[in-house]
Amino acid sequence: MNLLLLMLEFFKTGLFSVGGGLATLPFLYEMSNNHPDWFTHNDIADMIAISESTPGAIGINMSTYAGFRTAGIAGGLLASLALALPSVIIILIIARFLHRFRQNRLVEGAFYGLRPASLAMISAAGLNVVRVALVNMEALTGGAGLGAFFNWKALILAVLIFVGLRKLKWNPIIFLAISAVVGIIFRF
Amino acid sequence: MKELLELYWTFVRIGCVTFGGGYAMLPILERELVDKRGWTSMDDLRDYFSIGQCTPGIIALNVSTFIGEKRHGVRGAIAATVGFLTGPIIIILIIAAFLQNFAHIPEVQHAFAGIRVCVCVLILQAVLRLWKKSVVDPFTLALYLVIFALHAFSGYLPVRIPAAVLVILAGAAGILASERKNRAHGAAGKEGSEK
Repeated sequence: MNLLLLMLEFFKTGLFSVGGGLATLPFLYEMSNNHPDWFTHNDIADMIAISESTPGAIGINMSTYAGFRTAGIAGGLLASLALALPSVIIILIIARFLHRFRQNRLVEGAFYGLRPASLAMISAAGLNVVRVALVNMEALTGGAGLGAFFNWKALILAVLIFVGLRKLKWNPIIFLAISAVVGIIFRF
Repeated sequence: MKELLELYWTFVRIGCVTFGGGYAMLPILERELVDKRGWTSMDDLRDYFSIGQCTPGIIALNVSTFIGEKRHGVRGAIAATVGFLTGPIIIILIIAAFLQNFAHIPEVQHAFAGIRVCVCVLILQAVLRLWKKSVVDPFTLALYLVIFALHAFSGYLPVRIPAAVLVILAGAAGILASERKNRAHGAAGKEGSEK
């Protein structure tokens, strides 16, 4: 039963995430809120890193991971297939009238609204990662003050990575590896 | 059958070397499908990508399905898509099994805490990169801010609006706004020609 629900949730993600890449993130956070036993916000942040360092898009990786966590290897396989199913069905339909679709004014209009909406939801999902990585939410409710609210070590690392990514143009995997080493050495 | 297997195997290999999905896939597809096998042309590939972007789902999967369909109809579409999924699924299953056994080790936890910081920056980078293409005028900026507020603070709202509903509403708003803009343009154009 749980497996069926899992497939349904990933089918929904495949159907409604438009724009690829991180567009699946808001749906993953929603899923984590609705089913805390499947995966946590921390798991999503870790999976983004794993997705950057392994082949495949993050949506596929997350469905495999969540499926495995809930129902073993069969769960991993079925959740990923459920994610792919809407793509396959829709593309098969569209492949029949390829050129009319792309120049369709309604499709263009829809994307005029979908692009900023998708970006807004990715930004909001980014805040969720900030919440687990850069700040201590407990300090805020505990009244410990602003100094304890920010995770200073993490903040410094974030600024350094940001500058590094802009200046050096290295592959993100290198920065992820450096961050892992820094995390171990400085006990994040 | 042999050709289907070849299609499947080709996409297994493509799936194993595509990091990050989306446009990262284009040069690999070009080498494997255009240069090596002559299955499709670069122009067709660009078309598939622009459609893969305008349809729901993972772009890499949409493009795989498309190429498979063009080669061998429905069976080809399934062979290519499942082929693309094969590598990532196996790799993540191995990593998930590994994490299950090693996640409690403090060093592993520290490493992932560090990695999460880097992930924040990578998301920020992605948002900055997409910003120019997505937020182009006051309407798109307003839509961005409204959806961001609704989604980021959904925990404080009396009712949580599901992301799927926001997507549908945003698409409808985009159609309405662009139709209105087109009509305004059309009217302005007519006035201009009358003079």
